[in-house]
Amino acid sequence: MSKRLGSQTIVFQNSPKIIGNYTIVGQKEGNSNFKNYFDYILKNDLFGEKTYESAERKMLEHAILNAIDRAGLKTQDMDLLICGDLLNQIISSSFAAREFDVTYLGLYGACSTMAESLAVGSSFIDGGYFSKIACATCSHFSSAERQYRFPLELGNQRPPVSQWTVTGAGCTILSDSGSDKEIVNATFGKVTDFGITDVNNMGAAMAPAAMSTLIKHFEDTKTSPDDYDLILTGDLGKLGSEILMDLMENKGYKLKDNYNDCGQMIFNCNQKTYQGGSGCGCSAVILNSYVMQKMDEGVYKKVLFAATGALLSTLSSQQGNTIPGICHAVEIRRK
Amino acid sequence: MLLMYLKVFLVGGLICFLGQLLIIKTNLTSARILVLFVCIGAVVEAFGLYEPIVNFAGAGATVPITGFGRSLAKGAIEAVKEKGILGVLTGGITATSGGITAAVIFAYIFALIFSSKTKKY
Amino acid sequence: MNSVERNKKYNQYVESKKPNTKNFPTLIYAYLVGGFICMIGQGIQDLLMKIFPAMTLEVASAWMLIILIFIASFLTGIGLYDRIGEFAGGGSIVPITGFSNSITSSAMEFKKEGIIFGLCVKMFSVAGPVIVNGLAISVVVGLIYLFL
Repeated sequence: MSKRLGSQTIVFQNSPKIIGNYTIVGQKEGNSNFKNYFDYILKNDLFGEKTYESAERKMLEHAILNAIDRAGLKTQDMDLLICGDLLNQIISSSFAAREFDVTYLGLYGACSTMAESLAVGSSFIDGGYFSKIACATCSHFSSAERQYRFPLELGNQRPPVSQWTVTGAGCTILSDSGSDKEIVNATFGKVTDFGITDVNNMGAAMAPAAMSTLIKHFEDTKTSPDDYDLILTGDLGKLGSEILMDLMENKGYKLKDNYNDCGQMIFNCNQKTYQGGSGCGCSAVILNSYVMQKMDEGVYKKVLFAATGALLSTLSSQQGNTIPGICHAVEIRRK
Repeated sequence: MLLMYLKVFLVGGLICFLGQLLIIKTNLTSARILVLFVCIGAVVEAFGLYEPIVNFAGAGATVPITGFGRSLAKGAIEAVKEKGILGVLTGGITATSGGITAAVIFAYIFALIFSSKTKKY
Repeated sequence: MNSVERNKKYNQYVESKKPNTKNFPTLIYAYLVGGFICMIGQGIQDLLMKIFPAMTLEVASAWMLIILIFIASFLTGIGLYDRIGEFAGGGSIVPITGFSNSITSSAMEFKKEGIIFGLCVKMFSVAGPVIVNGLAISVVVGLIYLFL
């Protein structure tokens, strides 16, 4: 069997196994629909640190340490750490990695980083280069808000198309053996830009990228949306996932009840987040808590996880550039 | 007395209402709204039309940021009459120096005392 | 279909998909809160003139604005002004209190990057354009009067 399908999909012959997960979320997420699934809920969004950036770093450290522990391993057993976050120069990831005596790769795929890190990590394991890899991402509402938007105490209203950056970190431990949940293939996405300039409307900016990657995945693997128990996009939000469904239908793929979106799922409608959640942490905490537990329970056997990211910076949007989107997908199966 | 307060409420509220209408319809950020309203206030004052609104509605016309624009324009006009060309440069900021300095100093003090907190709803 | 055409079509489609929010209530809240803030201002002004009978209207008005700026700055400090803003939108942005809020909130937010390069530099990140454009327009108005 070829290790590559079509132009963008790679197939793992020695499928990497998911042997440990851990999620940590902020207070607001702790009141959301999935509060019973998260492993740790912060009592204070500062997490005992002085700044929100430090709190974000500490959340990531906490998630990685506990995920390694869940997998029954020690830090020195780990071969590689793959992390990413939203802050400039991905400082949360690199600073968290400083605390571990493990080789480290930093990724930036905006909110798609969770899927990207799983795909990259799986390739290393399948290739036989490493056997134990931690893939983690994090985001923090307050640090993202001050970097991308306005001061927290500014008395303005959030636009109705906006999404709420999730405060949270999630970590997945991949291994060459030891579990019945495995990553069977991954589809890398292309940067897609349909000319959206509204920085608040990230869902609309990312939906075309999600469409491109999902369709490529279905074509490459010769499957259809009905073949999956769950198709989960990253953080398109309510509006973005409606747009994705329309786009997919136009291309002849109908997404049905088995489709959902992390951003749309995470917050309940009383939490005033308008279109739902976003950020690296959003897809990371949903995947590593809810989806993994449901897979363990046997509810889902075949999950397509397609995290989406908007690759903008504050400079690019101030200079009037359109927002490019990216989406990477990994297929997770339980034997 | 009560009538005066009603006028203050109606006029002040209306200016804010127009601001909110602009925010909803055009997605302007709050900084742009403030800039726009300051300029509108200054232009209206330059035509001599802001004074009647202040006489009619008192604080209803001076509290909204348009009143800040009006002070800038009014200060410039008066200073030009007194000092000529130097007034062009000194008038605006002299008339509003109290407000600007107060805003900066209070911000300095309170920023040293308090830190921003995560939004919770 | 070329990409320019596709993007145009996509933007139009997204525009049509945007949620029809309940705009009407926020307009009313803006009116009520904005009007209320102005009434508080008028109240302060009247009170000042009652306490200090020698005070002219102009001086009382200046003091009233400074007191409002102080109150807004304080409310921002204790974390209440952003909640008022979330509810009232333009109602709490357009009054002078919104100007004060924008300076104090920026100063507080960037305090962690140091007093000089954080607090003092970033203090004007939202309100800077207001002062800059305000001064510019006052110069324009002054020039016009100079040559009239």
